[in-house]
Amino acid sequence: MAQPLVKKDDDRDEEEYSPFLGIEKGAVLQEARVFNDPQIDPRRCSQVITKLLYLLNQGEVFTKVEATEVFFSVTKLFQSKDIGLRRMVYVIIKELSPSADEVIIVTSSLMKDMTSKTDMYRANAIRVLCRITDGTLLTQIERYLKQAIVDKNPVVASAALVSGIHLLQTTPEIVKRWSNEVQEAVQSRAALVQFHALALLHQIRQNDRLAVNKLVSSLSRGSVRSPLAQCLLIRYTSQVIRESANNTQTGDRPFYDFLEGCLRHKAEMVIFEAARAITELNGVTSRELTPAITVLQLFLSSSKPVLRFAAVRTLNKVAMTHPMAVTNCNIDMESLISDQNRSIATLAITTLLKTGNESSVDRLMKQITNFMSDIADEFKIVVVEAIRSLCLKFPLKHRSLMNFLSNILREEGGFEYKKAIVDSIVILIRDIPEAKESGLLHLCEFIEDCEFTYLSTQILHFLGIEGPKTSDPSKYIRYIYNRVHLENATVRAGAVSTLVKFGAMIDELKPRIFVLLRRCLFDNDDEVRDRATLYLKTLGGDGAVVQTGEDVKEFLFGSLDIPLVNLENSLKNYEPSEESFDINYVPKEVKTQPLAETKAPGKKPTGLGAPPAGPPSTVDAYEKLLSSIPEFANFGKLFKVLPFDFSMLFHTYNTLEIFLILKFINALFPIFIGQSSAPVELTEAETEYAVNVVKHIFDGHVVFQYNCTNTIPEQLLENVTVIVDASEAEEFAEVASKPLRSLPYDSPGQTFVAFEKPEGVPAVGKFSNMLRFIVKEVDPSTGEAEDDGVEDEYQLEDLEVVAADYMLKVGVSNFRTAWESMVADCERVDEYGLGPRDSLAEAVNAVINLLGMQPCEGTEVVPSNSRSHTCLLSGVYIGNVKVLVRLQFGIDGPKDVAMKLAVRSEDEAVSDAIHEIVASG
Amino acid sequence: MSGIFSSRDSCPEVKNILILDSEGKRVAVKYYSDEWPTNSARLAFEKSLFAKTLKSNARTEAEITMFDSNIVIYKSVQDLHFFITGGDDENELILANVLQGLFDATALLLRNTIDKREALENLDIIFLCIDELVDQGTILETDANILAGKVAIQNMDVSAPLSEQTISQALATAREHLTKSLLK
Repeated sequence: MAQPLVKKDDDRDEEEYSPFLGIEKGAVLQEARVFNDPQIDPRRCSQVITKLLYLLNQGEVFTKVEATEVFFSVTKLFQSKDIGLRRMVYVIIKELSPSADEVIIVTSSLMKDMTSKTDMYRANAIRVLCRITDGTLLTQIERYLKQAIVDKNPVVASAALVSGIHLLQTTPEIVKRWSNEVQEAVQSRAALVQFHALALLHQIRQNDRLAVNKLVSSLSRGSVRSPLAQCLLIRYTSQVIRESANNTQTGDRPFYDFLEGCLRHKAEMVIFEAARAITELNGVTSRELTPAITVLQLFLSSSKPVLRFAAVRTLNKVAMTHPMAVTNCNIDMESLISDQNRSIATLAITTLLKTGNESSVDRLMKQITNFMSDIADEFKIVVVEAIRSLCLKFPLKHRSLMNFLSNILREEGGFEYKKAIVDSIVILIRDIPEAKESGLLHLCEFIEDCEFTYLSTQILHFLGIEGPKTSDPSKYIRYIYNRVHLENATVRAGAVSTLVKFGAMIDELKPRIFVLLRRCLFDNDDEVRDRATLYLKTLGGDGAVVQTGEDVKEFLFGSLDIPLVNLENSLKNYEPSEESFDINYVPKEVKTQPLAETKAPGKKPTGLGAPPAGPPSTVDAYEKLLSSIPEFANFGKLFKVLPFDFSMLFHTYNTLEIFLILKFINALFPIFIGQSSAPVELTEAETEYAVNVVKHIFDGHVVFQYNCTNTIPEQLLENVTVIVDASEAEEFAEVASKPLRSLPYDSPGQTFVAFEKPEGVPAVGKFSNMLRFIVKEVDPSTGEAEDDGVEDEYQLEDLEVVAADYMLKVGVSNFRTAWESMVADCERVDEYGLGPRDSLAEAVNAVINLLGMQPCEGTEVVPSNSRSHTCLLSGVYIGNVKVLVRLQFGIDGPKDVAMKLAVRSEDEAVSDAIHEIVASG
Repeated sequence: MSGIFSSRDSCPEVKNILILDSEGKRVAVKYYSDEWPTNSARLAFEKSLFAKTLKSNARTEAEITMFDSNIVIYKSVQDLHFFITGGDDENELILANVLQGLFDATALLLRNTIDKREALENLDIIFLCIDELVDQGTILETDANILAGKVAIQNMDVSAPLSEQTISQALATAREHLTKSLLK
């Protein structure tokens, strides 16, 4: 046995005792010199190696030099005949993972050990050598490895086989030559040899379906002894079943009997592997499931947590697809609710919630109530979500489930947990009309004592929408008005807004609401007072302004379709003047294009180190200017009615103005006119000139907006244009271009090129681009440019207009309703083979990108391992045609993806066009 | 077949083996997966895993939990905590079997006094034991007796005459005989 590494400390009670206390890398490396002694002391050397291993294990890093030095001295230890020391040498060599040129030093020693008479030397030398060697050396030792695979000593055989498994990743062509020996080893009497041989043989033949099939049929007749090998065989069998599933629609499934037989194996791991394999069979029948469920049920009452966990986890998965099959286990499952292991308990509960029938709900709720108090929030959220789906499944049980939710809502819990409960109650109120009144009251009670401002305001908002529609709205007023007394300013303001919604909807309540609102006029918070004043005016509380009910309702209940950021910016830019602020001119686009500060036109270009000059933001100034010009105020109408004359536009305005005009059109009238793409980079990062392009798509035109940045401080570019070659875009004809007069260092500017294209047609094409400009040297010290310039060109990358550019990403909130409201006349359905794909998710993404549409209801996410998927897309196609798409994907064994594409739109020609995009894409 | 079914069609794999002390500090660890490429990633994993499993009692039977989409099975004795990590899809019982193998072999080799002090004093044995248990993630041997035998053989100086052997060496010799009979 190994000796203590340092002098033993007799005081066993001392907590910090460790033989490695105060160990230091430098000192240990010093100690390692003992390896070089002519007279090797095996015990001492073993101790030093252990210390080195300890350091590496603690995460200490050896420098290249240190590692090399240690490695070289370790190789000297092969002279010693001490078995224990040699064993440690093997381990440390693997840990040091020497480089290829260092490996040569030990190769001969290891090869000698590989042919040694001592089994342990042979086994370990094989593992070490295969670990550190590269392909070239492998051919030299291949002969020995083949012998080792069929060595009568199982340890040696296993060592060679396991090394083969690893080597197959790097040098498959060599390992594949060993299949005869591996085949022989599969028949070995030693359990682990059989396991390793089977694993290697399968990996060698995994692409040969027939060979795997043969392997499985011969071995499933019962020559496998090792439980681990049996587990492998079950996995390979499921694979064969899966791949042959298509051609045996009728009759018994091949190999099912083998899997079923494995359920009676003596090793638990084999029983479980087989049960799990059966539950995962494609289209498994309840008859096939029954024996597997039976053994899993037995595991549920095992004394071993691992067994219970494995069983309940598998049953939980089965419950998703075959809830009826799992109901037999419900009693055992219920006892697991109180399991010490909370993972098991949570899995049991969520399974029960999936399999539970209507009559068991009440009993289940009682058990869960006891359980909830002693699990962590993360588990509680899982339970809350399961209860929500249960309630949607059994709406008649809403009373007890709602009560449960309100009870747990009152208990202690973090924000995420409380939010999950509130969300669930809100969903139940929306989907189950009978649950509305009690649900709203539960929420009212909750905000009486709610520490989360966010939840309070959300609930108040929800109350404002749902409360007035109930049979007795007046009972909520008290709860809401209490908030005005007792809460912080944010919640108070929210409560005021909610109150006024009751007043707007129910005339009888108006007088009461007015009284309450007038009290809020004395609130010490501006926002609360402002809201109260505003609402009193809109509702006519002071008799000054009287508006029609519809307007008020639209104002109170309509949603703001303008991004708040944009509104905020516009408000900041608004200066008090004769004209009042008009919300209609606030841009509606969500993305704000990052536009660096642009210098005011006419100003001298600033060079290196010059302080930024000009007004803080010229762009903002221009935006204000544009919106104040009457013609621009009617932009939409103008452009919608008149054909767009880009030659005129480019002639009249400067680049910055054109940029802003395009931006405005895009923001205000995206659907009527066209849309703008996200910027596409036309240069590599870190090049002299950075150029990206935005494609503005119009009914009969396409405008390319090239955003250029000059990254060379010593240069000033003038007269910058992009020469576009549209020879590969036949339907497009250039009508105008707008050069950028000057492009100083680090100050982005735009140049434009406009093309005409057939009206309303989604024309596609490829454009090649060349940046042309006059370059002038800039004196870095003064920032002044020289007078003379040189004409130069810079090749940009190609740019394409694709079908997806004509599709506007517009989501719908409820796809099903939208789908059904579209006439089925214009529906077009077809099926497509997408060929072999890496995964289903990859195929789904490819189609979404191809169509450029907005995925709805989160259907762009493909759950891992799913074999089929449905994805819902919506968008608006050129000509303002709404399009909805339903994609159904399926993947079969060799990863061939098939897709069913159903398109509904307002125009059958567009439905056909979508199919064409997919067919040609 | 690679791709979505890979884990189910392939050989069981161990992602790491950890032996930590009562404060979650390393006694011996071995990572086979590149899921934790740096030492700090590994330390972070050990720390949060230890915190998560600290409260449960895994002294009589091995316990199990899901952790970062991995299955972790663990067992504790005295001031030592043994962990084994495998993929989400792994057969839990196979992993438990590997952990039990390591645990029992350690008990045999440390003469049933498994604690941190003993483990550190015989760290070479622990390292050898892990080395014989799993090779680059592939299960090499899980039978505790065979494992202990393989490790014990190598820690005995065969050339020393019987009279000069210490008691522990004599024990090791005895163990070797036991192992040889088991290996046959």
